[in-house]
Amino acid sequence: MISMLPELSHHEILRYSRHLLIPEVGLDGQRRLKASSVLIIGTGGLGSPVALYLAAAGVGRIGLVDYDVVDFSNLQRQVIHGTASIGELKVESARKRMLDLNPDIQVDIYNEPFTSENARRIAEPYELIIDGTDNFPTRYLVNDLCVLTGKANVYGSIFRFDGQVSVFDARRGPCYRCLFPEPPPPGLVPSCAEGGVLGVLPGTIGSLQATEALKLLLGIGEPLIGKLLLYNALDMSFEFVRLRKNPNCKVCGSQPEVTELIDYEAFCGVPGHDHVEGAVGGGWDITAAELAELLKSNRQVQLLDVREPHELQISCLEGARLIPLGQLASRLSELDTTQEMVVFCKAGTRSARALELLLSAGFRKVKNLKGGINAWAAEVDPSLPIY
Amino acid sequence: MPSIRIPTPLRSYTQNQVEVTVQGENVAQAMEDLVRLYPALRTHLYNSAGQLRPFVNLFLNETNVRDLQGMETPLQAGDRLLLIPSIAGG
Repeated sequence: MISMLPELSHHEILRYSRHLLIPEVGLDGQRRLKASSVLIIGTGGLGSPVALYLAAAGVGRIGLVDYDVVDFSNLQRQVIHGTASIGELKVESARKRMLDLNPDIQVDIYNEPFTSENARRIAEPYELIIDGTDNFPTRYLVNDLCVLTGKANVYGSIFRFDGQVSVFDARRGPCYRCLFPEPPPPGLVPSCAEGGVLGVLPGTIGSLQATEALKLLLGIGEPLIGKLLLYNALDMSFEFVRLRKNPNCKVCGSQPEVTELIDYEAFCGVPGHDHVEGAVGGGWDITAAELAELLKSNRQVQLLDVREPHELQISCLEGARLIPLGQLASRLSELDTTQEMVVFCKAGTRSARALELLLSAGFRKVKNLKGGINAWAAEVDPSLPIY
Repeated sequence: MPSIRIPTPLRSYTQNQVEVTVQGENVAQAMEDLVRLYPALRTHLYNSAGQLRPFVNLFLNETNVRDLQGMETPLQAGDRLLLIPSIAGG
C-alpha cells in the first residue's frame, strides 16, 4: 500500500521536516497525508483554524463548503480571512490564504449551502468530514450523511466560552444523534450571532478538530471516538465524558428510521436558507424607516428592547424599556396589552421570538423591528454603531 | 450533597452559578431541586409534559444517566452531575 502513496519532492521534504522527524508521522505518514482528502463544512470560526492547520500539515486535497461572504464582524475570530477580503466569498478568501500557506495542496471550493440535495455529491470524493457549521440543521445533515456513507465526522461546536469536541464514527462508536437524538426547539439555544463567542474559542476547538483529523488520517493515537470533550475557557477546564452507541438511534441503531437524507430544516423547525434573518413576516414586521415615521406621529408607541443589559452600552433607543428575552415570559404583567408596541433587539432574531411569545400571550398591537437596532443605525440614526 | 455543573448557555438562569449544590437521592430529585432553586431553568430543561428535554444530556461523573438508571439513578453525597446541552455555534 505504501508504495502506492505519492512521493514527496525535495522542497516538500524541507517543508514538512518537523513532521518527518516525528516517528509517528515520518516520511510514510507525510505521504499518507498528501494522498488524503478532507471536507470542511463551514469556513467560519471553526473552519478557519481547521483549514489553516490541515493545509499547513500537507493534507493533499481539502474541500471547503460555505456560501457566505466575509463580513467585518467575522474577523474577531475567523482568522483565515483578512480585512482586505471583506465582501469576498469566504471559500475564495480561505482558498487564497491556504494556497499561500501551502501551494502544494489542492483546495476545492463549493460556494453553496450544504443541503440534502448536494451533500452526497459534494462529500463523495473525501474520506473525512469536519463539521464546522454554525446551525443545527447542517449538524444533523453532516451526521446522517457520515453515518449513511460510512465516514468519520470530526465534530466541534462552540458557544461563548464553551466548546465540545468528538469524533462521531458510527462504524466504530456512537453518532451525533446517539448523544442528541433531537434538536432543541427553535429559539431555545442562542447562536453565536445572538449570544456571542470569545474570539479565541474556535481557535482552541478548531485546533483540536484538526488534531483529531490528522490522527485519523495518519492512523495514530487514540481518536476521540466514544468520548466527548467539554472545554470551558473561563474555568480552563477540560472534561471528558463517555458516549455509548444508542441501540435505538434513529440513524445508526439496529433498526434505523432514517435511511436517506431528510429535510433538516423541517426536522429542526427552523426556516430555510432563503429566510431573511431578523424578520417575522406575516405583516408583523416594521422597518426602521416606518418606525421613525410612527414615532414622529405617535409618541404613545412603547419600545421594548429584549437585548441583554450590557448591550445598552453599545447602542440604545431613547425611551425604550429593557426586558431581556430570557425574562420576558415572567415579566409580561409589566406590559400593557392595549398599547402599541415595537419590539427590537440587535438584528431582529431575538425580537422575533419575543413577538411570538407576546402574540401567544394575547398581545396584538405589537410589531417586530426588522433587522433590529442595527437596521435603525444603518437607515435612521448613523450616530449609532452597528455591531 | 450532590452538585450539578451548569454550562455557559444556562448560567444566565442560575445567577451565573457554575456548580449548584442540590438535595436529592436520585437524579430526578436533584434536578427538581435545581429548578426549584432557579425556576427560570425549567422551560429550558423540561418539556410541557414535565419530561427532561431530549437534547439535554445529564452525565453522572463520566456516564450518561441514560446508560445508568435514567432519572432514577441514585446519587451519593459528592456526586457530580454534568448538564450538557446542544450547542451549535461554529
